[in-house]
Amino acid sequence: MTDYAGLIPVNVITGFLGSGKTTLLQRLLASPDLSDAAVLINEFGDVGLDHHLVQPLQENTVLLASGCLCCTIRGDLTLALRDLYDRRERGAVPAFRRVLLETTGLADPAPVAFTLLSDPVIRHHFRLGNLIATVDAVNGRDQLERYPESVKQAALADRLVLTKTDLATEAQTRELKRQVRRLNAQAPFFDAARETVTPNDLLLQDLYDPQGRMREISHWLEPGTHDDPAAAGAPHDRSRHDGPSAGLHGRDIHTFSLVYERPLDWTAFGIWLTLLLHRHGTQVLRVKGILNVAGMSTPVAIHGVQHLVHPPAHLPGWSGDDRRSRIVFIVDGLSRARIEASLGVFMGLAEDSVSAAADRGRGAQAT
Amino acid sequence: MCSLCGVLGGAGHWADSASSPAVFQERRAGVPWQRERLERARLLSRVLAHYGLSVDEWAGTSYVLRTRTGRSELVSNLSELWAVAERLLKRPCDPLDPDLLSFLLRER
Repeated sequence: MTDYAGLIPVNVITGFLGSGKTTLLQRLLASPDLSDAAVLINEFGDVGLDHHLVQPLQENTVLLASGCLCCTIRGDLTLALRDLYDRRERGAVPAFRRVLLETTGLADPAPVAFTLLSDPVIRHHFRLGNLIATVDAVNGRDQLERYPESVKQAALADRLVLTKTDLATEAQTRELKRQVRRLNAQAPFFDAARETVTPNDLLLQDLYDPQGRMREISHWLEPGTHDDPAAAGAPHDRSRHDGPSAGLHGRDIHTFSLVYERPLDWTAFGIWLTLLLHRHGTQVLRVKGILNVAGMSTPVAIHGVQHLVHPPAHLPGWSGDDRRSRIVFIVDGLSRARIEASLGVFMGLAEDSVSAAADRGRGAQAT
Repeated sequence: MCSLCGVLGGAGHWADSASSPAVFQERRAGVPWQRERLERARLLSRVLAHYGLSVDEWAGTSYVLRTRTGRSELVSNLSELWAVAERLLKRPCDPLDPDLLSFLLRER
């Protein structure tokens, strides 16, 4: 049975209607870096595939000159992915090694993640890759204020692609970035108007990629440092974000990270996190952690989307002397202070038992 | 399979170190698999004592949830356990509940 890291990653590209998602896709499809990929899109016509040399394979499938496979999704994502894998197994399509999936403009990315993680067939062959969101520098602020779907896309993204910055003022772009940063403190920004955004920028370097995972982790630990500091607002001021995100209609999404000083008992941690996500999974949009697990000299990384947690990943080492656990939460309406207090109490249960056992075993000797 | 059960990859629950042996290899010597299960049941019992439930490990595959009135149910993993506990109790179990946290602090 292939371990989770060896499954085919499915990267999901979301973005509000007219946000430049299709333009980005068009550019990505032209890149030779996608030669080993299968791209699932809504409509061929949208991405103007007539401009590429294409070889039709089946009714909804074409092969681009680069080797990239391109298919339309007709309705059901589950069926589309199962069918795609089936065709791959039969040799009817090339043996692609990753998937890029386009969602519809109004899509909430979480159900896509659920399908990938829980469909009994799909989860044996595919895993979730990066969630990518395009954000429109001209209309983005308005969309974030009016459409909860747009907010969720930005909050859940691992990669944020700004579009139309050439059509917006600097002040508009800066303000938009600040607003997005309040929802999503770590995903790196790319500017599609001012730089060439490549497939490797967006699709590689996730947690399960041995080459890129340390860099990916660095995004989690040092949010916003790769951005223009003026645009990022006050990214390190976590205490400001214990309340509503002003101006975002009906949503109270914010990001914070907890630091835990002592090694974590894995058993107690699993009890705590499963209970938290069981009860509050709807409001815990994402959780990402680099954990110092008791009994391990190297870090364990975990991450989840709402109720579901991916299999943990092992990291080769700590990048510095600071070996404290860090857990980043993107939540909707939950209090940082309460989550932090809860973690402390639950971890304390295991710490009690360790010290109690040590006392019993060794008499009165302090550890 | 329920999409909310949190069982990924078909190999088990993410919170069981046995589901990711490559990840937890170093830890395994100090905390072998069965000991982890027993410790899990013990910690769960401490938490669920607040609600009048107890948990025992069973046969290396499951956990038994018991109520004070003698009802019991088998669950396979943590995600299933919380769903069953709430069904038995007819109330939510909430790790953010200040009453639960006070209880856990008092009984330390």
